Amino acid sequence: MQIYLPIAEMSVNIFLILSMGGVVGLLSGLFGVGGGFLMTPLLFFIGVPPAVAVGTEANQIVASSVSGVLAHWRRGNVDLRMGTVLTVGGVIGSTFGVALFSLLRGLGQIELVISLSYVIFLGVIGGLMFYESMKTILRLWAAPAGRAPRSARGPGRHTWMHGLPFKMRFRKSKLYISALLPLGIGFVVGVLAAIMGVGGGFVMVPAMIYLLGMPTQVVIGTSLFQIIFVTANTTFLQATVNQTVDVVLALLLLVGGVIGAQIGARMGAKLRGEQLRVLLALIVLGVCFKLAFDLVITPSELFSFGGLGE
Amino acid sequence: MSGRIILIALTVAVGLTRTAAAQSVPLVADLSNHLVAITTGFTGTDVLLFGATDGPGDVVIVVRGPATNVTLRRKDRFGPIWANADAVAMRDVPSFYNVASNRDIAEFTSERIRDLYEIGLESLKLKFVDSQLSEKTRQDYGDALIRLNTERELYSPENGKVSLLANRLFRAELHFPANVPTGAYEVGIYLFRNGDVVSGEFVPLIISKTGVGAEVYDFAHNLAPVYGLLAIVIAVLAGLAAEAVFRRT
Repeated sequence: MQIYLPIAEMSVNIFLILSMGGVVGLLSGLFGVGGGFLMTPLLFFIGVPPAVAVGTEANQIVASSVSGVLAHWRRGNVDLRMGTVLTVGGVIGSTFGVALFSLLRGLGQIELVISLSYVIFLGVIGGLMFYESMKTILRLWAAPAGRAPRSARGPGRHTWMHGLPFKMRFRKSKLYISALLPLGIGFVVGVLAAIMGVGGGFVMVPAMIYLLGMPTQVVIGTSLFQIIFVTANTTFLQATVNQTVDVVLALLLLVGGVIGAQIGARMGAKLRGEQLRVLLALIVLGVCFKLAFDLVITPSELFSFGGLGE
Repeated sequence: MSGRIILIALTVAVGLTRTAAAQSVPLVADLSNHLVAITTGFTGTDVLLFGATDGPGDVVIVVRGPATNVTLRRKDRFGPIWANADAVAMRDVPSFYNVASNRDIAEFTSERIRDLYEIGLESLKLKFVDSQLSEKTRQDYGDALIRLNTERELYSPENGKVSLLANRLFRAELHFPANVPTGAYEVGIYLFRNGDVVSGEFVPLIISKTGVGAEVYDFAHNLAPVYGLLAIVIAVLAGLAAEAVFRRT
């Protein structure tokens, strides 16, 4: 059954979109990630214009983050104060990102920048994740059962970051750090979110753990909390500046995504954490290599439509 | 363009003779449908073109979509990666172009006539915004435009899909794919005898979006901030609803 997408101005198979939402939802439920970094490239592959894919994906992530944050909120795993500071940085960053997006679109370089951003970020994060989880697995095999591996991060680590001004106390995260740090991280992730059509959780979560030193149990909830506002801002700006938010497409992706995420979450409960992480790392690296490969091989068609007015 | 001016003059002349002697009109034609509506379930459509001639001859149909400005970009190598390098802009490019005839056009027309009336993809006149472009660049970008639009099924080469009945009646199915651009189309019908156009007629065709899809599109473009806010509200509500449904199960 075909359905006409009013903003993307194309006909798509409704079941294709639903199952894309379902598969990406399954993976995001399984691994506890947003899935935007898989959905946006998939939308490119089926021929949705990049600008529409990015704007629409932001809209869909608003919905999936709202449904995801509530469980964390009820368990008290959202650091509101940290979330607010990250959001302020994120809103400024995503506003800047949308402006940059429009500029690059006019120059005909938006696809290149999107691809390069994906290759760099997926490569670094997938590589680190693969390395870390393989190390854990190997250590678990080597060590006698029952002894948990020691965390690399000890207390009392002091770096240049602790010397920054505007210190703030984040009670829930048990941190007393400069507000500039979460502001800066929020800004960078906001720019990425707007350009890449992602929530940015895959950058935000490692940054919160390794750079800010937040306790793991509040990381996911707080990250989801700020993603809602950053993607809402991106949705609003993409709709206003570029008219590239397709509500019909977003709703279809959402229906598939919600169902897939629930199944994925149930499957994930039965699998081991490290094995899941290795699997996710391999998927991330797979998408990264595919995009890198497409940039390097000689294209079969050198010409393309694009630029202003197209 | 001059071809079309001649044709309009011809059509007017035909109109005048029509009032004088109704029987001697060499060509009449019409479409089964003058308005194609793109609805939510639109997957492309066929419009029947039918007509009559006053005797033997060859019929050529040229369908032109609304003129648009197009920018084409060419990729080039930058170190290991391929990226868009130079761009060329064109003015008044038909967004849709389709030619149909009862037999191979080359058999009964000369290149001069085809160029004059812009019949066939090779005779399509492309206007480049930058007049300083080299002949090679024009050729490369022109070929690319035709190739890309042919891939998207918006341009199609000449084919013999006009059927003639008893040298008097003719009919053709005009196909419009799912991604057809909206706007005012112009369907030109030409009657050829002895290698020249003896009569021509233009039939208008409107392709427009209707229904929910059109309203969403208009809303998104005319009231963009409100649309953006509403998109967020819908997403938040959908997220809340999804959470509520699955919390219970």
